[in-house]
Amino acid sequence: MRPATKSTPESALQEQTRSQENTMTSAIDMIQRLPQPPERSAKTPGGERGHIEIRDVSVEFERSGDWATAVHRAQVDIRPGEFVCLLGPSGCGKSTLLNAVAGFVTPTRGELLVDGAPVTAPGPDRGMVFQQHSLFPWKTVRDNVAFGPLMSGLGRNEAMSLARTFLGLVGLSAHANAFPATLSGGMQQRVGIARALANYPSVLLMDEPFGALDAQTRTMMQESLLDIWSEFGNTVLFVTHDIDEAVFLSDRILIMSASPGRIIADISVDLPRPRIQDLLTRPEFMALKRECLDLIRRETLRAFEQQNGQAG
Amino acid sequence: MSLNNSDIGGEAGSPVIDQVDTPAADTVATMARQAPVRLPETVRRYLVRVLALLAALLVWHWASSRGFNLFINFENVPGPLVVGQALIEALSSADFYLHILHSLRRIAVAYVVAVVLGVGLGILMGRSRLAEDIITPYIELLRPIPAVAWIPLAILMMPSEESSIIFITFLGALFPIVINTVHGVEQTPKVLVRAARSLGASNAAILRHVVLPGALPSIVAGLAIGMGVAWFSLLAGEIISGQYGIGYFTWSAYTLIQYPQIIIGMLMIGGLGTLCTLLIKLLCRPLLRWQVGENDR
Ligand SMILES: Nc1ncnc2c1ncn2[C@@H]1O[C@H](COP(=O)(O)OP(=O)(O)OP(=O)(O)O)[C@@H](O)[C@H]1O
Ligand SMILES: [Mg+2]
Repeated sequence: MRPATKSTPESALQEQTRSQENTMTSAIDMIQRLPQPPERSAKTPGGERGHIEIRDVSVEFERSGDWATAVHRAQVDIRPGEFVCLLGPSGCGKSTLLNAVAGFVTPTRGELLVDGAPVTAPGPDRGMVFQQHSLFPWKTVRDNVAFGPLMSGLGRNEAMSLARTFLGLVGLSAHANAFPATLSGGMQQRVGIARALANYPSVLLMDEPFGALDAQTRTMMQESLLDIWSEFGNTVLFVTHDIDEAVFLSDRILIMSASPGRIIADISVDLPRPRIQDLLTRPEFMALKRECLDLIRRETLRAFEQQNGQAG
Repeated sequence: MSLNNSDIGGEAGSPVIDQVDTPAADTVATMARQAPVRLPETVRRYLVRVLALLAALLVWHWASSRGFNLFINFENVPGPLVVGQALIEALSSADFYLHILHSLRRIAVAYVVAVVLGVGLGILMGRSRLAEDIITPYIELLRPIPAVAWIPLAILMMPSEESSIIFITFLGALFPIVINTVHGVEQTPKVLVRAARSLGASNAAILRHVVLPGALPSIVAGLAIGMGVAWFSLLAGEIISGQYGIGYFTWSAYTLIQYPQIIIGMLMIGGLGTLCTLLIKLLCRPLLRWQVGENDR
């Protein structure tokens, strides 16, 4: 129930002191110094932002004359500040649903609202972190991060100092002048996160952002993502097909199944925060993981049977 | 030749390297420190290229002085020494420089117009399907027409001889620039456009920050090819007329049967064309700095 308490000053303070015991101390210091234009900050007291309403949304693609359903009548309400994972096998429509929220894909049915406003196009209130390389290769790391602030009308100096701050946040200050091609995959993904955050989005959309990383880098990135999120308090919608990752990160897991892409379960994850890697071996974690696995297995079997029935 | 090569590297490795005046000089210097005996890759490769040209000179000299005649006849071809002498003579006459100057000016005017129009059209075609469908047939139809074939129409249509020469040169440069620009613009990765949009970029900002820089490697390739084609189109144009121009110089040497001058003209066109192409590449290089390391990913 963290999101509900997030805006009170005491809890924010507690969070800060708690986080300072973590390794990201310097980064947290930096966040406290972040210039936060009130109307853009996700932590604005009074009006919490980042409320996602997915109302009976379907997405269909035309494929050689036929219509294929990628997302089938999804119905979700995501509270401001919630960390939600979309979990499901490859091809079940996770990216499609995420892209619909981002405004890249238009639903063929239903309605999508972010903070009460219907989604019609991509916008800076919904930051996006992609799975593939998506940094501008011709811009330095700093210019990549400064791009959003510049586009929102900030002056060059302000945008640059924001970029510096956010690069510090992801631990890449030393690489500000490098071109993306000279960074490792993990570093590039961190730049991608900094770039999305620099716009102070109320919603952060992440499409398997750590999918291409090795296990070790991946766990480090997960921990620092949680650190950053706990400070920003924005809503995160995170796509993954890794059950461990979903359980470790989220407040809530939406399980999707293929044929056609449907949300088949909505599991709340009541594990304590801050979460550290030790959690992975704890019985509560195991139990939740088993629950997800069972659900996915049952659904997959059901889908198989259905297909067999149709074929026979 | 390889023996020669390593000799130079062995005794004069570092002094040669210290004088190298290229952007790669730093890396060259560090490489030299690590392996003082071997010449760095780039220097070695350029050395091979220079030696290859010298070898051609030697063969030419040998063939023309011996009167080599086996299918290819060198009996009446002036040797490199004769041509060299004629070149020194030409270089000491003011007229020769006027020829070069006139050609350079025509190239400059035609090229600038071709770049502006070519890149502009290319972007338009790459971004708008309608524009592409309207313009593509013209380009496909006109592109295979050689510059020489344009001479009569150019004379008919253009107000002056000078402008018809420039028109023909311009046409030569235009097509490769347009085609490469379209190609580059159409290759813009979708994910980058999406990223820009979700960061709040307008269409104009996407064009400037995503589409154009992404197309730049392809555009630069088109600019370099366009420069080469401009030079051989210029020659066709200068056959028309004029009193000056390196093409005119070559053509009049041909009508007067001055063989050494013909060869000088040919080499001059080749040399100037190469130099101009090199210049374009050098000028564009800072714009493509981000590609360093991109290819060994
Ligand atoms: N632009 C498109 N045109 C046609 N079909 C599409 C398009 N985008 C996605 N699809 C189809 O929709 C379905 C869901 O795709 P989606 O990319 O959302 O899956 P996913 O769950 O993200 O899979 P993965 O984990 O492999 O990324 C797939 O069958 C895919 O082929
Ligand atoms: Mg996907």
